[in-house]
Amino acid sequence: MQSSAGHTEGADFSGLTAHELHDLMQQARLTCTEIIQSVFARIDQVEPKVKAYLCLFRDTALQQAARVDDKIDRGDELGPLEGIPVALKDNLCTVEGRTTCASRILADFEAPYDATVVRRLRDAGTVFVGKTNLDEFAMGSSTENSAFQMTANPWDLSRVPGGSSGGSAAAVAADETTVALGSDTGGSIRQPAALCGIVGLKPTYGRVSRYGLVAFASSLDQIGPLAKDVEDVAVLMNVIAGRDPLDATSADMPVPDFGSSLHDQLKGTRVGVPAECFGEGIDDEVRHAVEQAIDRMRHCGADVSEVSLPHTEYAIPVYYIVANAEASANLARYDGVKYGFRDPDANDTMSMYEKTRSRGFGPEVKRRIMLGTYALSSGYYDAYYLKAQKVRTLFRRDFEQAFAACDALVMPTSPTAAFRIGEKTDDPLQMYLSDVFTISANLAGLPALSMPCGYTSECLPIGLQIVAKPFDELTVLRVAAAYERNRGFALRRPSLNGGKAN
Amino acid sequence: MEYEPVIGIEVHVELLTRSKVFCRCSTAFGAPPNSQVCPICLGMPGVLPMLNKRAVEFVVMTGLAFNCTVSTWSKLDRKNYFYPDLPKNYQISQYDLPLAYGGFLEVDVDGERKRVGITRVHLEEDTGKNLHPEGASYSQVDFNRCGVPLMEIVSEPDIASPQEAYGYLQSLKAIVEYLGVSDCNMEQGSLRAEANVSLRRRRSAQFGTKTEIKNVNSFKGVQRALEYEIDRQSQVLSSGGSIVQETRMWDEQRGITVAMRSKERAHDYRYFPEPDLVPIVVDENWIERLRKGLPELPAARRGRLVSEYGIPEYDAGVLTASKDVADYYEECVRCGADPKAASNWIMGELQFRLRDTGTAVTACKITPQGLTEMLNLIEARTISGKIAKTVFEEMFATGKAPAEIVREKGLQQITDSDQIEEIIDAVLEANPEPVESYRRGKTKALAFLVGQVMKQTKGKANPQLVNEMLRQKLS
Repeated sequence: MQSSAGHTEGADFSGLTAHELHDLMQQARLTCTEIIQSVFARIDQVEPKVKAYLCLFRDTALQQAARVDDKIDRGDELGPLEGIPVALKDNLCTVEGRTTCASRILADFEAPYDATVVRRLRDAGTVFVGKTNLDEFAMGSSTENSAFQMTANPWDLSRVPGGSSGGSAAAVAADETTVALGSDTGGSIRQPAALCGIVGLKPTYGRVSRYGLVAFASSLDQIGPLAKDVEDVAVLMNVIAGRDPLDATSADMPVPDFGSSLHDQLKGTRVGVPAECFGEGIDDEVRHAVEQAIDRMRHCGADVSEVSLPHTEYAIPVYYIVANAEASANLARYDGVKYGFRDPDANDTMSMYEKTRSRGFGPEVKRRIMLGTYALSSGYYDAYYLKAQKVRTLFRRDFEQAFAACDALVMPTSPTAAFRIGEKTDDPLQMYLSDVFTISANLAGLPALSMPCGYTSECLPIGLQIVAKPFDELTVLRVAAAYERNRGFALRRPSLNGGKAN
Repeated sequence: MEYEPVIGIEVHVELLTRSKVFCRCSTAFGAPPNSQVCPICLGMPGVLPMLNKRAVEFVVMTGLAFNCTVSTWSKLDRKNYFYPDLPKNYQISQYDLPLAYGGFLEVDVDGERKRVGITRVHLEEDTGKNLHPEGASYSQVDFNRCGVPLMEIVSEPDIASPQEAYGYLQSLKAIVEYLGVSDCNMEQGSLRAEANVSLRRRRSAQFGTKTEIKNVNSFKGVQRALEYEIDRQSQVLSSGGSIVQETRMWDEQRGITVAMRSKERAHDYRYFPEPDLVPIVVDENWIERLRKGLPELPAARRGRLVSEYGIPEYDAGVLTASKDVADYYEECVRCGADPKAASNWIMGELQFRLRDTGTAVTACKITPQGLTEMLNLIEARTISGKIAKTVFEEMFATGKAPAEIVREKGLQQITDSDQIEEIIDAVLEANPEPVESYRRGKTKALAFLVGQVMKQTKGKANPQLVNEMLRQKLS
């Protein structure tokens, strides 16, 4: 191995951020190969416990690393993400490996194309570590709906990592990758980021191309980054954001330098606190941590006031009508005809459909397809789907009114810290409530970020959510970065055991 | 009959865009199965549709030509149903907000002009094709056609007879062809028609129960299927029965319709707005530009041919029914052909030979220039009208210039009276009996003698001249 920084050989760099790794490589103090080897060494060490990945790209990752090292040797300038390890949620299509969506029905599916975000990252020189576990077709809040494996929360292996991007969040938290991409339909980036103690951003709807993201709910899905700090989120956004001719719903909006607001002060920023997010059902420790975070912001000069989002209570029912209706159509293509699983016992077209779909999909996916089909059925459409779409307009109005008085909203990401594996699997409604604070941002298409704001007495991370106007990611990142600098507590590292350590 | 039919027609037309409606694949017909497909038209996981602007333009143009209102804001919807030729198991179509609506079409029926209302014109994607190999225990799907832009044109139930339905389809096809938005080839499936028909008591405002007729492969087939179906329905009603709302397949061979599936078991298509595409917002200025850019349509052209070339309304109607034929005709006139002579030959000999050989006028070996030259040879009396038919046949088969054919085959008309007189004399001498009977007043005998002269000259003698000279000789 060619090493220009012999003294660091064998050391563990897996906990560093992308911008730290970039600086070290650029200064030739570290090779990309060392970084990648270190990441895979870490994976070998902790993956048996965490089970974040569905597949690993060990060989190709080392080949990519070698190419980056050639550039370092030549003294070339490296791009901000060049040589940086990235994990991809396994609902993002990649030419390399399989794209399974953690579903039996796509267990052997190999996509003949890269998702636009994957292509952009590839062009930016990132190194793909592997593809991460998720709730089947991103439907869930705990990653327990994966057809293949249970991912554990690195802070307490008996608990869930959240979901549906639980694999990506756990991999970042356990230092099995530097950064990751996830997708967020109702909180699937932010809630696992909160439960795993990392930073995750759901961009504005339309900010990032959805081309190549296996669709769950087309009008809500957004791809976004999961990282160890706010700056890394900005670095990733700089690569993945922007209009894509392959996605008609991607916005033709100017793309700012997402790193440009990170050093701005909080002073004078108007921060709104929605009263509805501090009511019943929220864990005391979560409430306390979020209130403390708001206090820190106030101390930093933020102008904090209470606001109201009066329709919050309808978020979950509206979400489960809209998302499931769209899902029922989006998932109709998995029928055994063209690709993926086909039940071998089928003997005619109808039995092929029935058996393939009955056996290929897990119970939560089938539940949602049935609910969505029902909501669109003749005679129910007006009462459910149409009404739900109208309520979405009310959510947008709620937010517009709130943003007339403030620049950003802060609230808890999730009402509780990580819950135990199996705790909510028998009660889908309890599971759905886990997304009560995140769903509104999807329904209104807003950018929203989750970041750590403290720990419970059991040493489980608590997430703070920051929301801003459409396409105002800069404000989200500015508030997040300012809070990150002034949070007033030390970040801890996950125990990777039964919990309650460090 | 105490009942009168109420007919509505739905036409699907494949648009002549180069690429498919939501991806860049080719729309060319006849390629090997699944050679014109990509992840998008195959509906693979994660792909998204991109709307082909040209397809929207074609639908708007058609809407304008059908006197429709064009929606400045419309959208695409998902129509959900499972079928192996539909890879996403939903078809992207338009539900409640079509691109164009509320127009009409003028149809000539028995010399009378009638308006048939156009309910809507909308854009959707075509499906693939299921293939069932002979004797195989499996089926296959060819997705080449999947995603080809399809325009649906729905008429009001304004059509009162099978003949009117035929006329409606004729003028619809002519307009679509003139617009150049489809080749309207029924054999290749680029135009498909479905009719629905019900009977109601004369002058009653209340509609009866309708049936839908599918699987019709020609306009004549639509007419025949409707005739059959009206007959069937009136028999059912007259005998006190009631009509079942259903889809019926036209069996061309047997000339009957057969029930396919009952509407009671009809699909619930669960339409909802397509979230992967943004609404179609059409700019008023753009609509105006398209309106101004519309080509001359059949009705206008018919009128112009009458006033410009002085041909009868009937001729103009026949010639303009097909844009290509009308183009051919006008090119002949431009080359100097006599307008009426050109019309006669095109409506008669040319159309007959084209139909007989299944040739498109655009593929005809006789160019407008060639036909004009032939007409000029007749006019200059170089050849007779009769000989011209022989020349025409040769031209149709080989594409040779008429003058060349005349020269090669020695078909020049004999107009030299000395030469003709010689032949006449010989004929008169050889046929004393007819000569006698003519002189006795049997004028019929003249025709025989003319025929004999023509026979001697292999048809090349100028018939008028022969006639004249014979009369003189015998008087």
